[in-house]
Amino acid sequence: MTDANRKSVEIKNLDLNFGAVKVLRNLNLDVYEGEFLVLLGSSGCGKSTLLNCIAGLLEITEGQIWIKGTNVTWAEPSARGIGMVFQSYALYPQMTVEGNMSFGLKNARVPKPQIKERVARAAEVLQIEPLLKRKPSALSGGQRQRVAIGRALVRDVDVFLFDEPLSNLDAKLRADLRVELKQLHHRLKNTMIYVTHDQVEAMTLASRIAIMKDGMIQQLASPEEIYSRPANLYVADFIGSPAMNLVKGTVSGNRFTSGALSIPLDGYDFTRPAKGEAWFGIRPEHILVGDDARTGDAVLDLEAEVVEPLGSDTLILTSLNGGRFWLRTDGQTRIRSGDHITVGLRTADASLFDTGDEARL
Amino acid sequence: MSDPGILAVTKAGTDPVRAQLDGPSGTRPRRLISRRNIFLYGTLILVSLYYLLPLYVMIVTSLKGMPEIRMGNIFAPPVEITFEPWVKAWSEACTGLNCDGLSRGFWNSVRITVPSVILSIAIASVNGYALANWRFKGADIFFTILIFGAFIPYQVMLYPIVILLREMGLYGTLWGLVLVHSVFGMPILTLLFRNYFTSLPEELFKAARVDGAGFWGIYFQIMLPMSLPIFVVAMILQVTGIWNDFLFGVVYTKPEYYPMTVQLNNIVNSVQGVKEYNVNMAATILTGLVPLVIYFVSGRLFVRGIAAGAVKG
Repeated sequence: MTDANRKSVEIKNLDLNFGAVKVLRNLNLDVYEGEFLVLLGSSGCGKSTLLNCIAGLLEITEGQIWIKGTNVTWAEPSARGIGMVFQSYALYPQMTVEGNMSFGLKNARVPKPQIKERVARAAEVLQIEPLLKRKPSALSGGQRQRVAIGRALVRDVDVFLFDEPLSNLDAKLRADLRVELKQLHHRLKNTMIYVTHDQVEAMTLASRIAIMKDGMIQQLASPEEIYSRPANLYVADFIGSPAMNLVKGTVSGNRFTSGALSIPLDGYDFTRPAKGEAWFGIRPEHILVGDDARTGDAVLDLEAEVVEPLGSDTLILTSLNGGRFWLRTDGQTRIRSGDHITVGLRTADASLFDTGDEARL
Repeated sequence: MSDPGILAVTKAGTDPVRAQLDGPSGTRPRRLISRRNIFLYGTLILVSLYYLLPLYVMIVTSLKGMPEIRMGNIFAPPVEITFEPWVKAWSEACTGLNCDGLSRGFWNSVRITVPSVILSIAIASVNGYALANWRFKGADIFFTILIFGAFIPYQVMLYPIVILLREMGLYGTLWGLVLVHSVFGMPILTLLFRNYFTSLPEELFKAARVDGAGFWGIYFQIMLPMSLPIFVVAMILQVTGIWNDFLFGVVYTKPEYYPMTVQLNNIVNSVQGVKEYNVNMAATILTGLVPLVIYFVSGRLFVRGIAAGAVKG
């Protein structure tokens, strides 16, 4: 993966200012060939802005953008070898599906028979052949988004850019298209950069996720790494639903203590030596409940305040040292609100964060 | 599904449950003659009468002969309908030395209006498109200056433009007047088009750029086909505005190019001979006919376009 020849998109020291507002700050990012990179963050974090910069739709203030070993910083969007899919589909309403898909090729003066062939091939891949003669207004949301993907597909580009492509669809369709997108990526093996605020989409689709906040990348890693070893408090809180439980306390003598909670840190993989105040974080689904509870490194007795059965599993709200503390257990649990439950915590599942710079300890 | 009660509810027409319902059910009945309706329709009828009465007088008078008009009953319908005044207004009424009626003014107005409308809309739509989609340095200042132009009274610029046209060698020509109309239509039309293009989804523009379309490619292939309503609005505004213009027509042209409005004024205000009210009325209606027809033909599109251009900005 570190082979320099295989870099598909490189962003070097990118700055983008809107007047006095700094939207992107000294951003560096390498995307490898065939990778599915997801830019994840809440609204206003600069993820769509970054995508627009890569596409060439926004003029950047400082830095460089390279695609496939070519410096495209000053190149027109159409000359960058990218295809883009937008949230609102952005299909040309007056053209048929076929017209929409061939518009870019016509502009590039591709010969007519070749246009026909490429459109037919893309339509077959996306299974929209029966729709080719229809106008966008006669299509459903899912079909429209498929056509929008087709429009990017026919251009035969190296990099696909997706700007929240599934956000306008209803939940079921979103799940279906998510799977199709993943299959498409497996088949095409193109580089894909995908912007979303939905962590489920990010976790399921990505080879690597870049979590962004305030125009900076907080962590760039595989979904597993981001989930189990978040680099800082923001990432820990952003990924997971319900979010990671966080308890403030002190680290001293290889032990974390906070009120009733006291847990040995012998099994914890420190990134730097730590002492003093810290956040202790553990995911609701990593808390041991029932027979396993006694096997934990720390064992607590908590009172269930709210029980939320979701069918597949059950969420239980308790409180620890005055703060909210969520547990996730299986759906067959018989716990009622008001019950006392014994839970176990394992050091290996936990994350510790500095209270100062909020980075992982 | 084995419960017969559930099955019965799904069959609306023969529903035994529905027949048993007491009290108000379904649409509430309304009386045709209620206090609300009398007030509503009464007001509307009164206002329309008030507004339509002058038009009625004009039409009735234009269809009467002079002896009938002299009897002084302006609201009475014509006893003997005659189209003589219309013919006279169109082809015989005298202004100065010319006695070929309004027809000369009509064709002058057509020759002024058509190029002015086309020219001003063509330029303003490209202006609005550039301002809305191609953000360039100083776009806002440029736009502010242009809008400021809409608030300057025409009279202030009357004389400077006379000098300008003279220097350009266009003073007293049809093309001089066309140029003046196009320039003065620019602020409001640019505003109209800019707001409309801003209301179109920005992602369409971005998609077209990724697809490799340039400034003109996007304008002609993406924006134009989506903008029929706003073009109709602009056309109506310009046709009525330019057709009804009197000031520029009388200042910047010479008598042989006078538009219809100026000629109408000259016919009506003629001090020689008897006042032929019927001819004057017919001439006035004839002059106002073109904007009227435009409104009737495209009224629906007009409302749609105004709403589309104005609400989202």
